[in-house]
Amino acid sequence: MLLIKNGRVLDPASKTDAAEDILLDGEKIVELAAPGKLTSDHKNAEVFDAAGLIVAPGFIDLHAHLREPGQESSETIETGTRSAARGGFTAVCCMPNTKPVNDNASVTRFILDRAKTAAGVRVWPIGAASVGSKGEAIAEIAAMKEAGIVAVSDDGKPIATAKLTRQVMEYCRSLDLPVIEHSEDVSLAAGAVMREGVTSSRLGLRGMPAAAESVCVARDVQLTELTGARLHVAHLSAKASLEQVRWAKQRGLPVTCEATPHHFTLIDEDVQYDSRYKMNPPLAAREDREALITGLADGSVDAIATDHAPHEPALKDVEFDKAPFGILGFETALALALEQLVHSGRLSLMRMVELFTTGPARILGIERKIAPHEPADLTIFSTTHEWTYKVNQSPSKSRNSPFDARTFKGAPIATIVAGRILYKM
Amino acid sequence: MTFRFRDLLALEPLSAEELAFLLDQSRPFQTIQRNPLKKLATLRGKTVALAFFENSTRTRISFGTAASRLGADTMNLQAEASSLKKGESLLDTVQTLNAMKPDCLVMRHASSGAADFVARHLDIPVINAGDGTHEHPSQGLLDALTIRDRLGKIDNLNVTILGDLQHSRVARSNIHLLGKFGCRFTLCGPAMWVPEELEKIGAPGVSIRRVFRLEEALEDADVILVLRVQTERMHEPSISNEDYVLGYQLNAERLRRAKPNALVLHPGPMNRGSEITPEVADGPQSCVLEQVTNGIAVRMALLYLLISGAPEDGPDPVSATKEEPPPERNRRSTDKKDLSHASD
Repeated sequence: MLLIKNGRVLDPASKTDAAEDILLDGEKIVELAAPGKLTSDHKNAEVFDAAGLIVAPGFIDLHAHLREPGQESSETIETGTRSAARGGFTAVCCMPNTKPVNDNASVTRFILDRAKTAAGVRVWPIGAASVGSKGEAIAEIAAMKEAGIVAVSDDGKPIATAKLTRQVMEYCRSLDLPVIEHSEDVSLAAGAVMREGVTSSRLGLRGMPAAAESVCVARDVQLTELTGARLHVAHLSAKASLEQVRWAKQRGLPVTCEATPHHFTLIDEDVQYDSRYKMNPPLAAREDREALITGLADGSVDAIATDHAPHEPALKDVEFDKAPFGILGFETALALALEQLVHSGRLSLMRMVELFTTGPARILGIERKIAPHEPADLTIFSTTHEWTYKVNQSPSKSRNSPFDARTFKGAPIATIVAGRILYKM
Repeated sequence: MTFRFRDLLALEPLSAEELAFLLDQSRPFQTIQRNPLKKLATLRGKTVALAFFENSTRTRISFGTAASRLGADTMNLQAEASSLKKGESLLDTVQTLNAMKPDCLVMRHASSGAADFVARHLDIPVINAGDGTHEHPSQGLLDALTIRDRLGKIDNLNVTILGDLQHSRVARSNIHLLGKFGCRFTLCGPAMWVPEELEKIGAPGVSIRRVFRLEEALEDADVILVLRVQTERMHEPSISNEDYVLGYQLNAERLRRAKPNALVLHPGPMNRGSEITPEVADGPQSCVLEQVTNGIAVRMALLYLLISGAPEDGPDPVSATKEEPPPERNRRSTDKKDLSHASD
């Protein structure tokens, strides 16, 4: 048994914002009550004093790359989930662009087996939409669903053609799975290494316009209207894409989207030939960042997702245009959200918690709340603790973070999964 | 003043004062080029590594000649023969070169920012001899030197740049240098090659406008910089040579739209009959061969400054370090104050 006492419980599902004690037993929540008012027997419970801390439902990351199988020199399920736990995440959805691609049930089962051995945070695999994510034939989506995938995506690239996207959407609708799209018109983005703009022109780096993303979002929104499938736009970065999502939502279409901490924190002007600032979609314009924050506040953006994308130093320490896309995300996500969204006064703390919990849960079609009989997954964090992120101390195998040495106010203090404290500061 | 940068990676971060200093430092080396004996001992015992990861003939020879005329030795790495073909990373390659203890690395690379990346990892001065579509600082300096010699100044000129601006490192270096002296820029070429963002790449207050009609772009021009139509490099999208000639070739008739003594510069190598007609290329307004000669002077100055770190008030790099007492006529002609032949 674990008693978490004196914490400020923030539960978006029930709109609770109150001091409460929470009693966990085994993998479930047993009871929550005003401090000192628990009725269940808890004499032998281990006690976690959460005074001055926020107790939230377990954070879910909809978008991460754990690199296993195939690229274990950059990350493994074990190192990735340890990093996730440090970031306060109790569950991570891992993208299928591994080697081999997670496009069949045996790879899905391998990932889940490895996750079980690692005994870290929950791992919820995302299956490929097409075989090898090559955009030709539909992957074994039903078999993967049976094995445990929670969504499909060809992340790293979009589902290649409108026709295949339509077919995947129709199939996924029948299987009740969301289709997560990496929205990119590959012809507009060909050869580009950052967002097109004054900075790309100054630096002589090939840029992709915002339209490289929004053209694909527009395509997929239209196909959602055609098929009725649940479309989730991954790592949305452009104002124009957000306008497409808003339009879809106004029409009542089942379209959702996520934003990453780096896109609501950094902009293209921050790029200075440092490959730690290179990711796809690339850092966008100032007004895109502003639009994202507005969307996070007004509900147009449904979730914060990290797009944690480890690349070992040997891959990343090269010429900017030769470096792979992607940066680490787990351990700085909460601190960046607090810094950029909450401390800045743009979002309430409750809204931010929603974006890490009930927001992503709804996209996956599940509930996330602090209530008796619910899974004992909790994220306990501080909004005031001052600390400096040191990427060299990360359990991740990679070091590609632009936030190394940044000082933050607010941090994950404990990550509890199935009643076990997996991480404690 | 002393040059405050360890490396020369770009002209963008340099102030007008620093740029003028670099041009002034090139003066004595310009004079050397006219001497019968051109070799100094200034950098005797020093080694300059030339790493050209992208094909180059004139810039490589120019830097090599500059090093040699300063008395330095060179080591050469050429892309075709290098271990990069065998899969070695850029960082490993330059660190290997560095382990052979050169005093300076001159590098050209097809990736924008490559010199910047290498400089962050090496402890010796790095000179960018062209990085992707970013900058070509020594070209910007030699162009400015050429203009200053011919027109007597580089301030407040109307500069028209023709061609594929988007992919031109020469254009960027020119804008970042001349822009700091109040020059106004007119960029002209096929619209796809001259994106709107280029109007904002200069320092605050630098006037850059796009004009798509060549005749209009040439009006009132003091300087016309013709960029090469790079057949080996991908212009995106490419347009036909016929279309290019029709719209943007600099010929004698069009040149008459510019000021009467407007200068024509070209970074070379030229495609005669494509971006420029032979008549203009060989005409009195053309500066192309002076540019080449000045290139060696500028590069000698850069190597000298970055390797020796000499202050302005230090000994004259030219006359103070002769290998042997020079003949009387040479000493006179290498005197810093002797600028009588500055514009021949």
